[in-house]
This record gives sequence, structure tokens and C-alpha cells, in this order.
Amino acid sequence: MTDDKDVLRDVWFGRIPTCFTLYQDEITEREADPYYLLLPRISYLTLVTDKVKKHFQKVMRQEEVSEIWFEYEGTPLKWHYPIGLLFDLHASNTALPWSITVHFKNFPEKDLLHCHSKDVIEAHFMACIKEADALKHKSQVINEMQKKDHKQLWMGLQNDKFEQFWAINRKLMEYPPEDNGFRYIPFRIYQATTERPFIQKLFRPIASGGHLHTLGDLLKDVCPSAITNEDGEQKTQVMIHGIEPMLETPIQWLSEHMSYPDNFLHISIIPRPTD
Amino acid sequence: VWYRENVCHHNPEGSTWSLVTTPGEVVQISCGPYDLLWATLWEGQAIVREGIDRNNPQGISWSTVESPSSENGIMHVSVGVDVVWCVTKDRKVWFRRGVNSHNPCGTSWIEMVGEMMMVTVGLNNQVWGIGCDDRAIYFRQGVTPSELSGKTWKAIVSGRESDRSQTGSSTSLLSAGCFFTDDIQNQTSAVIQGDADPSSDTELPTSPASPALLGAAAAGNGPASQAGTSARLPVDPLHSEQGEGTAASASNDKDNLEMNKSPANPNPSAELQWINIDLKEAQKHPVLSVSSFADTSSLSSLGAFSVGAEDQYGADEHPLWAWVSGGGCLVDLHSPLKWFTAPSGLSSSVQSLSLSITPAQTAAWRKQIFQQLSERTKRELENFRHYEQAIEQSVWVKTGALQWWRNWKPHKWMDVRVALEQFTGSDGMRDSILFIYYMYHEEKKYIHVFLNEVTIIVEVLNEAKHSFALYTPERTKQRWPIRLAAATEQEMHDWLSLLNMSCCESRRIQGPPSHHAIWSVTCKGDIFVSEPSPELEAGPQLMPCDQMFWRQVGGHLRLIESNSRGVVWGIGYDHTAWAYTGGYGGGFIQGLASSADNIYTQSDVKCVYIYENQRWNPVTGYSSRGLPTDRYMWSDASGLQECTKTNTKPPSPQWSWVSDWYIDFSPAGGTDREGWQYAADFPASYHGHKTMKDFVRRRRWARKCKIVTNGPWLEVPPVTLWDISIIPSSDADDEESVALWAISDKGDVLCRLGVTQQNPAGTSWLHVGTDQPFISISIGAFYQVWAIARDGSAFYRGSVSPNKPAGDCWYHIPSPQKQKLKQVSVGRTSVFVLDKNGNLWYRQGITPSYPQGSTWDHVSNNIRKMSVGPLDQVWVIADKVQGSHSLSCGTVCHRTGVQPLEPKGLSWDYGIGGGWEHITVRGNATEASRGAVPDTAEENPAASKEGEDEESKGKTEHSKTPLMVSESQELDRNSVNG
Repeated sequence: MTDDKDVLRDVWFGRIPTCFTLYQDEITEREADPYYLLLPRISYLTLVTDKVKKHFQKVMRQEEVSEIWFEYEGTPLKWHYPIGLLFDLHASNTALPWSITVHFKNFPEKDLLHCHSKDVIEAHFMACIKEADALKHKSQVINEMQKKDHKQLWMGLQNDKFEQFWAINRKLMEYPPEDNGFRYIPFRIYQATTERPFIQKLFRPIASGGHLHTLGDLLKDVCPSAITNEDGEQKTQVMIHGIEPMLETPIQWLSEHMSYPDNFLHISIIPRPTD
Repeated sequence: VWYRENVCHHNPEGSTWSLVTTPGEVVQISCGPYDLLWATLWEGQAIVREGIDRNNPQGISWSTVESPSSENGIMHVSVGVDVVWCVTKDRKVWFRRGVNSHNPCGTSWIEMVGEMMMVTVGLNNQVWGIGCDDRAIYFRQGVTPSELSGKTWKAIVSGRESDRSQTGSSTSLLSAGCFFTDDIQNQTSAVIQGDADPSSDTELPTSPASPALLGAAAAGNGPASQAGTSARLPVDPLHSEQGEGTAASASNDKDNLEMNKSPANPNPSAELQWINIDLKEAQKHPVLSVSSFADTSSLSSLGAFSVGAEDQYGADEHPLWAWVSGGGCLVDLHSPLKWFTAPSGLSSSVQSLSLSITPAQTAAWRKQIFQQLSERTKRELENFRHYEQAIEQSVWVKTGALQWWRNWKPHKWMDVRVALEQFTGSDGMRDSILFIYYMYHEEKKYIHVFLNEVTIIVEVLNEAKHSFALYTPERTKQRWPIRLAAATEQEMHDWLSLLNMSCCESRRIQGPPSHHAIWSVTCKGDIFVSEPSPELEAGPQLMPCDQMFWRQVGGHLRLIESNSRGVVWGIGYDHTAWAYTGGYGGGFIQGLASSADNIYTQSDVKCVYIYENQRWNPVTGYSSRGLPTDRYMWSDASGLQECTKTNTKPPSPQWSWVSDWYIDFSPAGGTDREGWQYAADFPASYHGHKTMKDFVRRRRWARKCKIVTNGPWLEVPPVTLWDISIIPSSDADDEESVALWAISDKGDVLCRLGVTQQNPAGTSWLHVGTDQPFISISIGAFYQVWAIARDGSAFYRGSVSPNKPAGDCWYHIPSPQKQKLKQVSVGRTSVFVLDKNGNLWYRQGITPSYPQGSTWDHVSNNIRKMSVGPLDQVWVIADKVQGSHSLSCGTVCHRTGVQPLEPKGLSWDYGIGGGWEHITVRGNATEASRGAVPDTAEENPAASKEGEDEESKGKTEHSKTPLMVSESQELDRNSVNG
């Protein structure tokens, strides 16, 4: 039906309809209407919420406004996680639009990083890309790129330019034909139920026997609790970009096609709804 | 169905046939490398042999598999290790799901895209087919252990021209049947090991008949007998030692399937032996050359075979294939195959016929992902499409159609779509990208340029096109800008204006240029200005001058001179003197990018020259009938271009004629009364009187054309000028007058009085007497005035000071031996001159008490123009500079390594060009961190002790970095006058 390239597009153009409401205790001069927005799954909250900020600042007194932050059902949302990951991790299987509460006070210092400018997001994003390439190619690809290529990756994300981004990112997804895959797969596994931020280990895409490692192999290896099933039933959902790929899916393919722009596979493991 | 008994690799031909009973009439059979055996029945079903194992290679029984479609039976079936492909009578291709050793029948058919005559499966399940419509050989791409059905059909290019140039094969055993050598056996075991399917690991191949065989025969329209003959022939197994990247191929005519090279070549004699045995028939063809076999050690030189059949096809037609077999071909999954590109322009027909097939996805996990993604989109987006997008798409400021000088050969103009996209960066800064969309071999492609990387956008002189060039530092190095052309002048100016504005915006440059600005003029008369960064002349990291950003200022000039107090003068081609008003913009630069109140109309006039050439003959004397080998009788100066009075146009559409053609009596060498110049032959040096030896003559015709534009310039009447120099002072106070010297176009030396920052045009001229006409003048920071006379010698003017602005007398300075000088430039203390042969000389031995100096030191050759600045920095226009892609003439170059103790510098740094005519750096006194600048000239030229007699020694010194390049280069495509 489709080409693998369409997966890249689908991943890139994933959107989450979101309803922003101002936290009830924020002091306003008049009542603030909720603000509705389609958030790109692959982007970062603080990168795409200028409009939200403006909208709510209009109804607030200047002195009441400090750094904006977001919360969903009591959980402060980490801006440095991609939006799609935040949604999959905290709000899968809930009704849309996603309802996010906007705060301007009482910044939760222990939960969130500050984000005073978009340069901070850029730095974080580029650091992730570099880390991913260190895993994939011993940093060889990213280091061979020019500064403007790095800039193009960032501008592509920031301006939602698929072609612009992939013109460069393509190089990061290549590997020597004799290797059959990356050196290690850049992935992070997040669990809604634990305190631990995420699991990240060295994991090769190809088994010593030469066959391709699958998503199932990865989970078995680094997070067996996600799939062990005493009674033969999987109690969890393994989500990437809002879908549950089969455990038979080769991890190398996933890494090439379903990584976030930061080149990591961000995998959420959440309890399966019981209904 | 017959089974061949006792086939093993000691006895590959086996012993006897034994009959295997079948449930129906079998029309075709396919046997895999292991235990899979399928056949097709006349009625259209397939039968599958069950129970094949090591002990019972004949198997036990048949099961029947129905055709995938009830109307169309199976026509052809082919099996691999654990795959089955078939073609039904309607040419549809089907893949059998769920086939393995335990279930050789599989579970169900899946329809594949594409229509094929037949398919064949190789050792590791790779698939080939013959296209139904185009009869080309296709290879199934993307067949992997996890995705046995592959992704897409891709046509294999089988060239006919490149016979015997095969990239290599190994054991090129020729056989119409199957041959096994040890090599092949090794390979077979490698397959077993390498194969991912554990179920087949334990089994040895029961069928020895895994003939390495990919034979293909051209049939097509040829006589049946011929096709029949060739169809049986070619077998060409080959493989590599490690069992990787093996491909087998054979070819009947000169087709050439490119193969992976393998080191395992058998010795040629053995190979030839095989040939002799197997191709007795072939040897009847005289074309079969033994030496060619030895040379290539490859049997695809079988090309000899179908000499007859080959004639059936036109040279540019691809062969129509009838049969392909890949049963012995092992394709390594990850080694790139070279089958798909034609070695030459050949076979593009095959490529273009390639089926446009989207991959059929059979792997369940992949299907699931596609399905879930589309469900996700539906779930998350369908009801919310009215929501606002978080990221506003950037504004497309301008799109349009232009022409682009394409960057592959043959270079030519091609139509492109162009879009300038502007967006606001995270810091609120606007940035722009220019996209150029073009077609390359029917494929849509684009290049893009970030405008903040563009260093200059410059109009290119071209009488046919309204074209301009776009440079980045990289493209400056290449000497290969992006060249674009618009349909009309207006359209080009719109683009230039917009692009210029975007460039300036992204670099935050606005308003008038600073006093330190570097000015330059192209051979087209366009004026550019660049803001020098302090790192340009000093600092730990010198800024390369190809990174300088140049913006255009309106107007048309031949020459421009500046100083660091903002006094800028220019001279037009018609010798009119112009003083800079302090404005910016003008010309095509309109609106906000242009100042409002100090832009004035400016015009310039120049001549276009053509030559009338004649040859003497005994009957009529000189006539316009030349020899057949002669140049055009009406030509340009070189004689290479025909230029008649009627076909010669003004240099660009901006120019219009203002006179008729008239005879020009002023060319160098002189003319007779009718304007003729004589010579023995073309091309030669011409003289103004006829002698007995002169067989050719020419005369120059001129026609004046005029441009009217505008810019920040005001005319300084009434004297017309040839050269100017403004004192490069930086420390004088504002009220003090600025010394400005000039040469009138008659050669008189003039001194302008009353020039101040407020009144840059000055008040009046003071005539300075000379014995002969002068051509160049320069005044240094300490009122050192140097000049060049028309005879090529240099003069120093004594006692010039603010109080005595004209000085008192001239001192003659001998020029470097045998060299006629043409330009002088004096910086802070350095004096450089340029001779008519393009050599740059430095004046050695200058001290305050002996300002004339002592000797000339050679610095470089290949220089057209130079400018020495108030920091004694040296900039030149070099004649020719070789870039990585092209040669440029008239290139801005910067002398690096200029130090107080090394005033001649060390090497050249190359900047914008070609097509540059003039530069002045005399405004740039920004010293940055340059600490110890000598405040007198005393510590400057270290070699001041050298005497006059050393002058000749200086001449023999050669530049450390000559700018000369070979002339046999591609013509200068990127020069402004290109």
C-alpha cells in the first residue's frame, strides 16, 4: 500500500489536538478562554507554544507572569521530551483533545528544566542528535557535517519543514552496507509507572548470529517486565508515535523510520487499559 | 516428470532418468536449492512435491495447489529456498505465503504489482522476472529473510555496446546444463550457513540441480530458430569465495550484466577448454575471439553468439528478453548491485520503462505499522482539523519562473521554478532561503541557498539574457556561482532587489556604507561596497576575503577611490568625475533599501568597437574578400566573433545607442588617414602605414552607447578625469581639507582644493605642471605623491604638505628594467607600482629622509589593478584565478602576511571574481588588534641599505605565489562579462 518513506511523513506530520487552559489559581484580569492547538508530535512544548503564551498573557498582569510551564493531570510536562512521547506516556487512551493546564507561577524546579529561550531547546536537540550518532556511527556522520547542516536540522524541526530536515537527516540514517545496521540503536524506554526517568542501554540491531533483532528482543533484553506475562497476557502497551508496533518489527527498521527528529526511538510502556 | 538419478558433484551429469508419475500433464517445473519442488499443470494448477528429504530426494507424493484466480491458471512457477512465485495466464505475478519445509504448499497467494512473462528465484530467494510489456529483465529489490516478497521491481540494464568489458566474473563455466566444481560446492554450503532459515539448515540440498544459472536470451522478433538456438545457450555461473556478493549471469549477445568482482578466477586455459567443449557451435562464428576470453576471463564474451540476432535490433533499442534463470545466483543482501545503471547513455530506454511499482508489503509488522499510523491520524486529526497549527508555515515571499545555468554538462540554460522563502528565526531575525526547483532526468530536484550565506548577487553582462550570479564563499572558491536569468529586465531587477534586501536583512546591514568600506567596480560598471571586519587585516584568525559580503550601490563607474573620512570619488567610462553623496541604494535597489534624498540620475557613455578586416590580393588590392581561413571580415578584436554593424548590439539591454558607427583613429599603433592599420597577417601587431610586406589591414569602428541610471553620485564638472587618488588619512580633524590628486583625461596632473568631509566635491582644481602626460597618481598618508607618466616611468612629487598642497617639483624614478609602469598606489608608507605586463613591484628603501626609495622588488605577476591602503594592506585585481570548477579573470585578491617588517606580504587570498575591474581599500583604516604599527617609516623597509645597483637583483626575484594559471582552462563562465 505504501512506501517506507510514507512512514517518515506520517511520523513527521503527527499532530495532537490540544486544549490549553489556564491554571485556576493564576490571577487574571478577566477570564481566559481555553486555547486549542494542533501540536506536532515530534516537536517540543516550549518550541510550539508561543501562541499559547501570548494568548494567556493577554489576560494577566505583567507582574504575575513568570516562566510558563505545562501540566497534565498533576504531572508537570517535561519540555525536553518530545510532545508525542509526553502524550503517549501520560495521556494515551484518553479522550481528545488533550487537556493541558498552563501555569505561570510556582515553577516546579525539581521536575522541570528551565527553558528561557529557544536556544536552550536547540542545544538540547542537537545534544540528543549527537548522542544518537555517537551510538550509531561513533559520531562520524555528525562530525563530518558542516555547521550549516546542523542548523538545517534544527531549522527543519523548528519550521516544520520535512524536506529540509530529511535532506540532512538522511545521512544520519545511513550505515555501511557491510554492517547491516547501526552500531547501536539509540533508544530510550519510558515507563509511566516508575520513577526512573528512562532506560537506555547499548543494544545492537543485529544479533551475533546475524539475524535482525526485533522490538521484542530489545524489550526482553532491557525491560523484560514490559512483555513478561505470567498468565500469557501482555499487561502493557508498547507505544511509539501513538501506535503499537508488533514485537516482531526489526529494531533497525524502527530506528530508521520511527525515531524522533532527535534520532532516538522514544518508546513508552504504559499499562494496557482494562476495558 | 523425470528424476535424474545419482547427480552429485563427482558425477554432475547423473546416470539415468526415472519417471515420476504426476496427476496431470506437467508443462513446467521448478526445483529450489533445497527441498522445494513445484510444477505447473496444463490445466493451470500447480503441483507440489511432498516428502522430499535427504533419504528420499524424489519425494513421496504430489499435492495440488489451485491457481490464485479461477479464470486464469498458473502459467509459470519458480521456487527458492522457502518461497514460491508464480505467473498466471493474465501475466499477473503472485507470491505464495507460508511456504517452508514442513508445509511446501504454503498457505495463500498474494498478488504482486507488475505484470511478468515469467519469474525465476535464486539461491537465497532473490527474484528476477521478464516484464510483460517491455520484455526487460527485472530484479526484485528488497527481498530479505524478513521480507521475502521484496519491495519493488527494478529493471536490470543489460547493455549491448559494452561487450567484453564486463566488470568481472569468476568461475565462468560455460554450460547448457549444470556444472559443479569445488568452488561451487563451497558456495552451496556457504548458502546453507548463511541462510537465516533454521529449518533448512540440517538438510543438504537434495536436488543437486542448483545450477548457477542466469541465462537470458533475446528472442523478440527474431526468427524462431534463431531465438531458439540462443535461448539454450548461455550459462555463466560465478560466485565469490566467501559466498558473498555472488551473481551469475550469462548473456547471449553483447549484453553485459555487471557483476561483483571475485578474486576466484580460474586459470584462463581451463576456462577456454570449457568453452571449446561446450560451444562447438559457437566456434563457427568467426567473431569468437580467444584472446578476448583470456583478457576478460569472463564468458559473457559470448556476445559472439548472436551476431545474427543482434542485427534484429536498432542500436538504441534494448533487447527483448524471453527467458531468465537465476537458479544459481546468490545475491548478497547488502552489497549494492550494479545492474541498474547503464554504463553509458545506453539502455535508458530500459530504465524509463521500469514499472512504476510501489512496494507490496507483506511483512505483517510493516502492514501493522502502516495500518496503525493511518488509524492514529484518523483518531488524532480527523475531528480536529479546524484547530490552529502550532507552527505557522513560513511566508512564501516570492515565487517565479527563471532560467538556471545548470550545473551539469552540457551546461546550458534551463527553465526552473524559483521560490524565495522567508521566515522568522528564533531570535526574531528574518532569514531567507532561495529554492531552485529543476528537473533532472525527469526527476524533480532542487537546490537551495541560505541567503545569509550569500556573499554577493551580481548582474552578469549578457546581451541575450537578463542574468545574474549568486555567490557564497564556497562558490567563490569554485569560481562557479549559481547563475539565473529572468525573461525581462524588470523581472530581474525585482529579483535582484528582493534578494539583495534579504541578504542585507539577514546580515543586519542597512543604511549607507561606513567610511571604512571597501569599494569595487566590475567590468560591467556596477559598484559594490563591503564593510570590512577588523579581522580582515589583522588578528589571530584572518578573515578569508571570499567571506566578504558585497552589496550593490546604484550608478555606473569605471573607477572608484575612497579614503577613511568618507570622501569617495568615481570616474565614469566617459571620464566624468563623480563625488559620492553619502547615500545608498539607487539603481534597481528601491524602497527601504535606498536612501531618499541623495540619489541622483547618473549617466555614462562608452564605446562599442568592431573591426573591419581586409586582405590584399594582386587583382583588386585590399578587399573584403579574405582567404577561406581568414577571420570574419567584420569581427571583434580577437577576430573570433563576427560583429557587423547591424548585428552588434549594445552591451546589455540597459544601454542604448547614442551615435552611429564612426571610424576610430585612436587604436594603439596608429592608423592611416582612413583609419586603417596594416600588418603582415592576422593576428599580428598593427601599424599605421602600409608597407610592401603588409597583406592585411583592419580598421576600428566605434559606436557610442549610453546608460542612464541613478545612484548616490553628483557630477564634479567640468574637467573630465583619467585617475584620482585621495589621501588615506585617518587622524585629520573634520575641518581639515583632504588632499585629492587627479589626472585629467588629457594627462594633466591636478590637485583638488577645498575637499572636506562636508564638501567632498571640493571647490577648484589646481594645475600641476608636467613635462609629459601622466596616467596614474597616488598620494600616501604622509602626502607622498607618486605618479606614472604615459611613457611608463614613475615620478615622485617633492614637498607636498597641507600648506603646500601642490608640492614643488617632480623627481624622476627609473622604472624596473624594461618595464613600462601603468599604475602606482601609495599606502601609509608602502609604495607599489604595476607594470604593463602585470607585474607588481614594491619600492624598497623608502625613508622619511629619502622618500624616493632605492630599488624595485618584484612581488607578483598576473595583476591587473591594485590598491594599497592606509594600513599598507595590499589588494589587487588578479588577471586569472583558477577555482575548483572554473577559471575567473578579474578577481579580487588580498595580500596576506603584510607586516611592518614584511611589507610585501607572503601570499594571496582569493576573493570575489571574476569580472572585477577595480578595488579601493583606502578607506579601511580599522586596525583591530594590530599593536605595534610604526609611527614613522624608519623601521619599515628593512632593506633600505640596498643601493641603486641592486635594482636588477630585485627584478629577478619571483613571486612566491604567482597568480598565474594555465590558460588551457574552460572558458570563464562565471565572470561578470561571461
